Amino acid sequence: MFGTYLVRELSNRRKQTVIIAIGMALAIALVIVVNAVSAGVRNAQASVLESIYGVGTDITVSQPAAAPGEGDMAGPRFEFGADDGTTTDGTTEISQSRLMAGFGSTTFDASALETVLGVDNVAAATATLSLTNTSFSGELPDFTQMQGGGEGGDVMQAPPTGGADGAGGSAFDVNSFTVEGVDVAGTAVGPLTAATLSDGRAFTADDAGTNVVILDESYATSAELAVGDTTDIGGEDFEVIGIVSSTSADATTASNTYIPLDTAQALADLDGQVSTIYVQATSADAITQVQSDLEEALPDATVNTQADLASSVSGSLSTAGDLISSLGTWLSVIVLAAAFLIAILFTISGVARRTREFGTLKAIGWTNGRIVGQVAGESLVQGAIGGVIGVAVGLLGVLVVNRVAPTLSAGAASTAAVGPGGGPGGGFVGGPMAEQASATSEVTLQAPITLPIILIAVGLAIVGGLLAGAIGGWRAARLRPAEALRSVA
Amino acid sequence: MYLLKNVTKSYDQSKRRVTALSDVTLEIPTGQMVAIQGPTGGGKSTLLQMLGALERPTSGTVSLGDAELSSMADARLAGIRAKEIGFVFQGFNLIPTLTAQENVETALAPMRLSATERASRARKALESVGLGDRGNHRPAELSGGQQQRVAIARAIVKNPAVLLADEPTGNLDEETRDEIMELLEGLWRDQGLTLILVTHDSAVAKRAQRRLHIKQGKVTEKK
Repeated sequence: MFGTYLVRELSNRRKQTVIIAIGMALAIALVIVVNAVSAGVRNAQASVLESIYGVGTDITVSQPAAAPGEGDMAGPRFEFGADDGTTTDGTTEISQSRLMAGFGSTTFDASALETVLGVDNVAAATATLSLTNTSFSGELPDFTQMQGGGEGGDVMQAPPTGGADGAGGSAFDVNSFTVEGVDVAGTAVGPLTAATLSDGRAFTADDAGTNVVILDESYATSAELAVGDTTDIGGEDFEVIGIVSSTSADATTASNTYIPLDTAQALADLDGQVSTIYVQATSADAITQVQSDLEEALPDATVNTQADLASSVSGSLSTAGDLISSLGTWLSVIVLAAAFLIAILFTISGVARRTREFGTLKAIGWTNGRIVGQVAGESLVQGAIGGVIGVAVGLLGVLVVNRVAPTLSAGAASTAAVGPGGGPGGGFVGGPMAEQASATSEVTLQAPITLPIILIAVGLAIVGGLLAGAIGGWRAARLRPAEALRSVA
Repeated sequence: MYLLKNVTKSYDQSKRRVTALSDVTLEIPTGQMVAIQGPTGGGKSTLLQMLGALERPTSGTVSLGDAELSSMADARLAGIRAKEIGFVFQGFNLIPTLTAQENVETALAPMRLSATERASRARKALESVGLGDRGNHRPAELSGGQQQRVAIARAIVKNPAVLLADEPTGNLDEETRDEIMELLEGLWRDQGLTLILVTHDSAVAKRAQRRLHIKQGKVTEKK
């Protein structure tokens, strides 16, 4: 009887059922799309962060950059002696490279790593040294030849020769790339945990103190370097032993190059110094406690959790994240509330219109519970119809998003690394006053559909139906049979 | 048997107190056919609702057999209505979305019968009112007389002890009125029902064993 009556009522009130179902479907579809896109944005943020901070990093410890003092404005200084360079055909070629602490990062004593490892609930920690290799090379005219023209102005000076243009001119290139000094022993955390070895080999403990380098795949391609080649870092030759790429298809790794930590410290004249410590907590629940303990143990350090790091993601990915979390969420809430309201109002209006019907049913012995159940059942089915349509429309919406696959640019402010961008031919990047370095990458947004999202959406539709049914049923239950019949008479 | 003792029913209507029934004492033996007449607003429908366990008196008591209706909980009153009392309304009060068969089955819904048993009893009830072939028709597809027959089938399908009819022929023409009355009288006679009907129609009232007149809430016997 319940099912027959329910089906007959809903098919008789088709317009009302369609309106309620559409409202509910719209809301449910929005919830699904917003949730899926939101999860996609979170995944993209995590992907960007992982490419920089590595997999499994819960916390990073770094030192805030000190305010520049007087005279600190100068960038790397290259000094050449009179006999430096090689002169051929009136042109002197000079070249020099320097390795120094990464832009915007400050180094601190490596003993902090021991302090970190001594904190409760720290599962693993590793220290890195972020450096920037800047090379200066150029062509100058041979000044010794130019000075031989004569004195006193009575002899016509010979036209200048040599140099980059053959007429006494000069040309200079300034290139830079990032160098990350890492622990070659290998740890559970650190920037290389988010990288996959695509060629060559990874570091081993034997590489400590040697001039070996692992390159980021993008950097290796742009610098035309391969495993077995030699490259100059800080004025010394390094053998390329491996090429790594980011585990995220769309991101680069944290640095252009990776060298053993002790080698990096020695070359940069930063013995016993590190710039970032990557920390993994024993569990997600312990992160807050570890952060708090680290801040207490290292009062001068900046201690960031993944949540802090996530807020450092910028670019259109960040804009999309903000849009989803604010506009998307509120839009979903408003549409959901409107859908619930429509369902409730239609149900109440339906109960008012069926006063005589319910009065009659009560007169022939139907209990309040049975009538409430009937009204609630009708609303529940209306909500469920909306939910099913909403899930279908929502999945379609997510499919469209994934087909369009919008590409978002993401930048993550980092004290640990300077992203690619300072490759060969790249410009000269700042000095100590340079802005905090930023790793940027293009991320394709993929909105994942998960069972919990669908269950939540269907649950909301059922809650909406039940809410409308409960309110409508309560109104129906309050009708006294005699009054219900009298009101019609 | 119905027993009403000093029943008064008052309610507030537009800031004034209306007394629909005033100190009514009445006994209706089982199996009796009673017609209640009186002017509009005299208290006929209120009395019928009191007998039908749809209303509780403001004071006094209403008993049906051993059941004291005036102090019974709502759920138990619903149970009494479901098993003991059948209603027939002037406006038929059929559910427009359900077929004749399904309308009759609504009266069996509270009785926890199997779907087969429910359908079988509803079909027999429709046959007993001459509508065995109209079970699949919706109310809108039936004439007024046929709709009232469906309503009567719905009232009797649960084999009630009492059948209460509020102006059962009020919306019908004379010919149909007579058919319906013959049907009700036949059921009353064959099933031993207590039949209480409210009517304005003297021709209908004259068919009853006993006629009551109600005016300004006071009930009197009409010879």
